Formats: sequence, C-alpha cells, structure tokens
Amino acid sequence: MDGLIIRLIAQRIGLTIIILFIVATLVFFTTSVLPGDAAQAILGQYATQETVDGLRQTLGLDRPIPVRYVEWLGGMLTGDAGNSLVNKLPVFEIIGSRMPNTLFLGALTAAIAVPLALFLGVSAAIWRGSIYDRLTSTLAVLGMSTPEFFVATLAVLIFSVQLGWLPALANLNTAQDFWGVLRVLAMPIAILSFVVVAQMARMTRAALLSAMQSSYVEMATLKGASRLRIVLRHAFPNALGPILNSAALALNSLLSGVIFVEIIFNYPGVAKLMVDAVSTRDLPLVQACAMIFCAGYLLLVTVADVAAILANPRLRTGGAK
Amino acid sequence: MKRILVPGHGFLNSADQREIMAFARNGATRRDVLRGLVAAGIGAGVAGTVLSSVTRAYAETPKKGGTLRVAGGVSSNADTLDPAVFGNSTDYSRGFMFYNGLTTLDSKLAAQPGLASSWDHDGTSKVWTFKLRDDVRFHDGKGFSAQDAVYSLLRHKDPNVGSKANVISGQIESARAASPTELEITLVAGNADLPVLLGTPHFLIIQDGQTDFAKPVGTGPYKVEEFTPGVRSLAVRNEDYWKDGQPYLDAIEFFGLSEENARLNALLSGDVQLTTTINPRSIPQLEANPDMRLFETKGGTYTDMIMRQDSQPTGNADFVLGMKYLMNRQLVRNSVFREYAVIANDHPIDPTNPFFAADLPQRPYDPEKAKFHFEKAGVLGTTIPMVVSETARASIEIGTIMQQDAADLGLNIELQRVPIDGYWSNYWMKVPLGFGTLTPRPTADMMLSLLYKSDAAWNEAGWKNEKFDQLLLAARVEADFDKRRQMYADMQYLIHEFGGTAIPTFYSNLDAHHASLKGLVPIPTGNMMGYNFAEHVWLEA
Repeated sequence: MDGLIIRLIAQRIGLTIIILFIVATLVFFTTSVLPGDAAQAILGQYATQETVDGLRQTLGLDRPIPVRYVEWLGGMLTGDAGNSLVNKLPVFEIIGSRMPNTLFLGALTAAIAVPLALFLGVSAAIWRGSIYDRLTSTLAVLGMSTPEFFVATLAVLIFSVQLGWLPALANLNTAQDFWGVLRVLAMPIAILSFVVVAQMARMTRAALLSAMQSSYVEMATLKGASRLRIVLRHAFPNALGPILNSAALALNSLLSGVIFVEIIFNYPGVAKLMVDAVSTRDLPLVQACAMIFCAGYLLLVTVADVAAILANPRLRTGGAK
Repeated sequence: MKRILVPGHGFLNSADQREIMAFARNGATRRDVLRGLVAAGIGAGVAGTVLSSVTRAYAETPKKGGTLRVAGGVSSNADTLDPAVFGNSTDYSRGFMFYNGLTTLDSKLAAQPGLASSWDHDGTSKVWTFKLRDDVRFHDGKGFSAQDAVYSLLRHKDPNVGSKANVISGQIESARAASPTELEITLVAGNADLPVLLGTPHFLIIQDGQTDFAKPVGTGPYKVEEFTPGVRSLAVRNEDYWKDGQPYLDAIEFFGLSEENARLNALLSGDVQLTTTINPRSIPQLEANPDMRLFETKGGTYTDMIMRQDSQPTGNADFVLGMKYLMNRQLVRNSVFREYAVIANDHPIDPTNPFFAADLPQRPYDPEKAKFHFEKAGVLGTTIPMVVSETARASIEIGTIMQQDAADLGLNIELQRVPIDGYWSNYWMKVPLGFGTLTPRPTADMMLSLLYKSDAAWNEAGWKNEKFDQLLLAARVEADFDKRRQMYADMQYLIHEFGGTAIPTFYSNLDAHHASLKGLVPIPTGNMMGYNFAEHVWLEA
C-alpha cells in the first residue's frame, strides 16, 4: 500500500520533470523569436549596423539558435543559467537578490488569504442558501472576474491619491518597524488576496456541497447530527482533496497576480525583474525567471495532486470502481 | 520657468508671471502690483492670492537636511554608474549626484567652472589648457588631480569600454597632465565648444584607474550608499564637498518608474517629492492639488516628420515642401502639447540656443501652398503610407492631424501604427515617411553634425548638401561669435528650405514636485535641471 503511494508520487514527479523540459524548450524558442534582441535594446536609438553587429558578437548572439539552446539547456541542468546580457552578472545571483522579496510577499498573502478563504467557503456551505451565502458567492464571482491590475489601479487612486492612507509604492525602505512593513504591503497583499480568496472560497464551498450530496451525509442527517457537525466532521475530510487542489490552483493565480502587483507598486521582486528583462531583451534572465515561475506552478500542482491522492482512498488504490 | 500655482486660479501663464516678477523686482509697492494684476485681467478677488503665491515662490533661502525621494522615468537592470555607458535620464541624474564634470552648463547652455576653475586655448581652439581646482577630494579621501581627468577622458577612446561618447571622443587627439592642476587637451581639429562638451554626463570625472562601478567613488555632492540596478540608489551627503554649504539634503533615494501614471500617483500620495516626464494631459490632476508644482523646462526636444530623400515620392522637393506647409504647428502646440511647446521652423536649433536664427521667417500653415506643391509633385489622389509609433512622442497625434488635412486636399495618408519594440532599429530612418524624436545636444555643432551632415550617423532623411557640410566644418573652428552665428543661420536656412525633415514644435520638458522642494532652475539640456538637480535643491520643512 505504501509502495503504491510512493509509485504514484514518483509518477507525478516524473511527469513534472518531463513537462518542465517541454516548457523549457518552448520558453527558449518563443523568447528567441521576440522581435529585436539585446544588442538592439541596449543601443536603442544609438544603434548602427556596425555597433549592433559588434555587440551581438560580444554577447554571443550571432551564433545559431540550436547551438545556444543546447548550451543553455546544459547550463540549466548543471545549475548555471548563464550571465545577464545587460549587466554581465550571473543570472541566479540577480534572481537570488530579488527572490526573497517575492517569497515574502507571497507567503504573507498565503498566510492571510488561505485561512480567510477556508473560513468563507466553509461558513457559506454551512449556511447554504442564506443571504450570507449568496452575498459571499456574488462577491467571489465579482472578485474572480475583476482583473488585478484594475483593482490595483483603483485602490491606489482611492487609498493613496484621494485618501492618503496608504503609500502608492511598496517601498520597504520607508518602513521603520513591523507595522510599517504591513502598512507598505497592505495594498499589494489585499489585491493579491482578492483573487486567491475568491477562487478558493468558491471551490471550497462547491467541494463541501458536493460531499453533502453523498449518502453518508444523508445518514448523518437522519441520525440527527447538527449541520455544523455534518459539514466539519463528515463532509470536510472527504472534500479535503479537492479543497487542497483548489488551494494550489488559487495560489498559482497568485503567481500571475504578483506580476501586476510588483509592477504597479514598484516592488523589487522577481516578477518585476522578469518584465524589465523582457524589455531589455535580456533573454537568459527572462528564461530563468520563466522557468522558476513554471517550476513554482508545477510544484504547487504536484503537491495538490499528491495531497489529493493521500486524502482519497479511491485514488490511492488506483481509480474508482 | 518655474510655474506658479495660484489656489482657485490654476497655474499662472508665463506672460503673467514674468510681468509680476518684473513688477516685484522693480520695487513696486504691493498696491501697484495688485493694480497691475487686475489690469492684466486677473480678477480682483484672486489678485491678492496671486501676489502671495509669487512672493512665496521667490523668497528662498536654502535649508539643510531631509531625505528627498525621486521617481525617474526609466529603470532596468541596465542601470549603471559608469559615465561612459550612461544610457538614459536615470543614469545621468545619478551621475550628477556622485561625480562632477570639469565644467557645468548653466541655463543659457554656457560652460561654467566645475572641477576646472578656468580654461584657455591657443587661439585656434585646437590646444586647450584647463586649470583644475586643488581643493577637491574623492569620497575615499584621495585628492583630485589632472591624472584623474586624463584617465576619465581617454577611456572613451578605448573600444573595449563601449563608451557612448566614443565617436565624440574621436575629436580628442591627446590629453595629458601638464602638472597636477593643469590639464592639456589637444584636439584633432579646432572646436570652440569643447568646454560645453565637457559639461555633459558622459564626461563626468572618475578616479584614475577606476574599472569597477558597483560602488564607485567620485568627487560629487553625494556618496554612493547603495546602488542596485533596476531597483534604487541611495545617495548620502558628502560632508567634505568642495562647494561651500552644498549639498543641502542629507540623502536622496532615486528609483525609476516607467509608467507615467505610477509616477504621478506616487507624487500625489506623497511617496516621492519629485518626479519627471509628465504628460501635458496630467496637468489638471496636478492643478487640483494645491501642494503640487509643475516645473517646465523649455528646450530643444522635438518630434519630427522624416521624408527619406532616397525614396519616392518623399524624395521629391515639392512633396517635401507641401508636407511642410501642411503641418498645422499651432494646432500641434495647442492640442497635443497643451501650449507647453514652442513653434518650430523646420530646423533643429531651438530658441534657447545662442545660435538660433531668429530672423528666419516662420513657415506658416498654408493648405493652398501645400496643394500647389502636391499638384506639382503629382501625388494628389495617391495613397502614401506614414509610420507612427508611441515611442516617437506625439507622432500618432501629429500623424492624425496631417492625415485629416491631407485628405481635404485629396492626398490619402495611410497611418501605420507600429509597436514600441524595435521601432528605432526597424522603422526609424528606414521607412520613407515616418517620425523621429530627438533630445537636444548642448551645442549647435553637435546637433547638426549628428543629424544633418551628409555622412551623419543619424541623418534621418538621408539628406545630402555639400554647402551645408562646408559651413558646418568652418563654423566649428570659427572663434568670432558673430561670424559663427551667421554661418549657423545659413545652415538653419538650408535645412528649413531643403531638408527632408518637418519639425512642428520644440516641446517643454515637464517635471512635477511637491511644494516643499525648492531650488529648481530650468537648464535646457533636459528634465530636472538638465539632470543636475541633486546639489541645488532643498526641502522646506
């Protein structure tokens, strides 16, 4: 039985590695066909054919794409993503200096958003059909369908420009203490949480309600158990797989949301680094960032899958009969 | 000019402001000034407020202390502190915090003493001697001497440095330290503008032998406390700065925000006290907030329409003249730039330049003449593609105006909007009819050599004129100012009449700042005092 689980998990991880390889190939070739290259981006208006050619040679951009692909892939496998074309520093060193910022923002958001979403989802399921349930559901749909950049821009206009309560930029250097940090990050966290909470609360509620349709819940109801007890004791453990899955997916939407949030609030994280790198055509940096985001996504999905396997006896035995 | 905001009235227009200042300077009484204001059409109710706003703006004594936060217009991990490879306004602004030039440029673009206290040449502007200050120290305590200047200048000639000033430095034949306080520069050919050239950001002075620019030492008003490319720099006051009493601020935090909206929001919410490159359409938002000031720098930045002389019909002299007459400069100035621009005359020398040809007649907007020339060129009834892009500032708006006016005459202009990405390498100077955006160079010679000489790297229209080339070389070495001015006037006429570029306006550089920031004076080389605000500004409590 344990052997079975290990085999299933190993399968998932193997699949993840294959997907990662396919994505790496896609990332490399799609970024290579972006119009213009680093030489042109660096020289900008100053570019002449001679200087562009010279710089291309210095940067190694004059070699054929397949050659560069093999070299790059080899480098990635040995943990060397190469050097930035723009400032010559090792790519992983640049990313390493920005990563803690993004992780910090992500962790704070998750720490606030996940419990909040669980609470909303579970409570909506308990009081299903009540005004409270309808209100949270409507708000959740609204939250999911409003793009982050719109919410962020609006929030800056209201809370920073009009009311002057919160800073318009997430500049951690202005924060003196922990409360200062919270004040500076309040809007970025709130905006990132927006979609995460909405998505996860809806999925949690749906998963619980579908578990409520089952015969054991009917049995519990007949026994006279309270609705609170039915939801928490009977339905919740069975819905845990789908809920964890939804948590992982919701946290993945955080990965895309963080791009807008870092840009709008000028937060020095990896997502902003990646966008800057695209505009300077610093391909090694773009590719490494893309791989990191992709790996983060796959990691979350794999964790969700494994959690679902562990939580569901039918999946554990290799499919429902 | 510093624009003054009067509560309940909006920004004063520059004519009113000049009048009031003239009044105030001539020692007029308050009552006289008020009377003058009312006569000038400002309501009696606001006249008092106008006066106190003006008095406040001009009663200024520098205060020490405080941290200034500035949002520049660009930022990426290409940010650098190596003067030779400075690429944009963010780099320039940082450069003036940490380094000094041998000279600095004043508001008339004349060279003033910097690290060099005086200079002289051999009479042909070919061999120059600069006397250097002997009381200047680098941030690490080492004394500044002529050897540092020699190193700083000559490294531009080294191709491995990849200097943006490599071509210009080709004019320098040799540089040597005649003594620790005497620098001798020999040019390949005479150039009367050398002191001005040495006041530009690429020629800032670094320490002899410096190759690592992660945390460099300079002689400038601030020291590098922190510098992370693409994130921010933190500059702290250099206590041993050689200019008495300067700088005023304790520290400057500088970072780039490429979104104009984000810069504006950061300013309005108090996250920064100074920001740059404001779009004229954002002015109402600034006017609505009494704590905000707009800072206008008139200068020579322009967007021009390029008609390649090696293509047809753009190479046809009548087509070129027709397009020049069809350009509604007044409308471009008023509607596109909201009057923060001056009308240009189809040549690249702007009115702040000492060699501006003021008596060259202004080309009018004249659809009749345009039609005449189009008929002669035989283009009426045809369709001509015109390439516009967001990155060539205001080209979309200018193109749209031209398109409508041309349609009235029966010429069909087809606007092709192309992306920002790769515009400068793929479209600029390549398509027959397109647009360019140029920022001014500090001297007329640099501007014309770069843009209109037959073999110029940025000869936008591929225009070739032998007479022009001769004049340009002759003017460069001419030491007599009046003769020189006549030569530059002749060159402006040639471009105005025959050149393949149509220039509608020179537009102002607009910055915005909190009212507590004082000391900004326009310097026409660029935004924020020609990027050299750091040592001049202070914060009122």
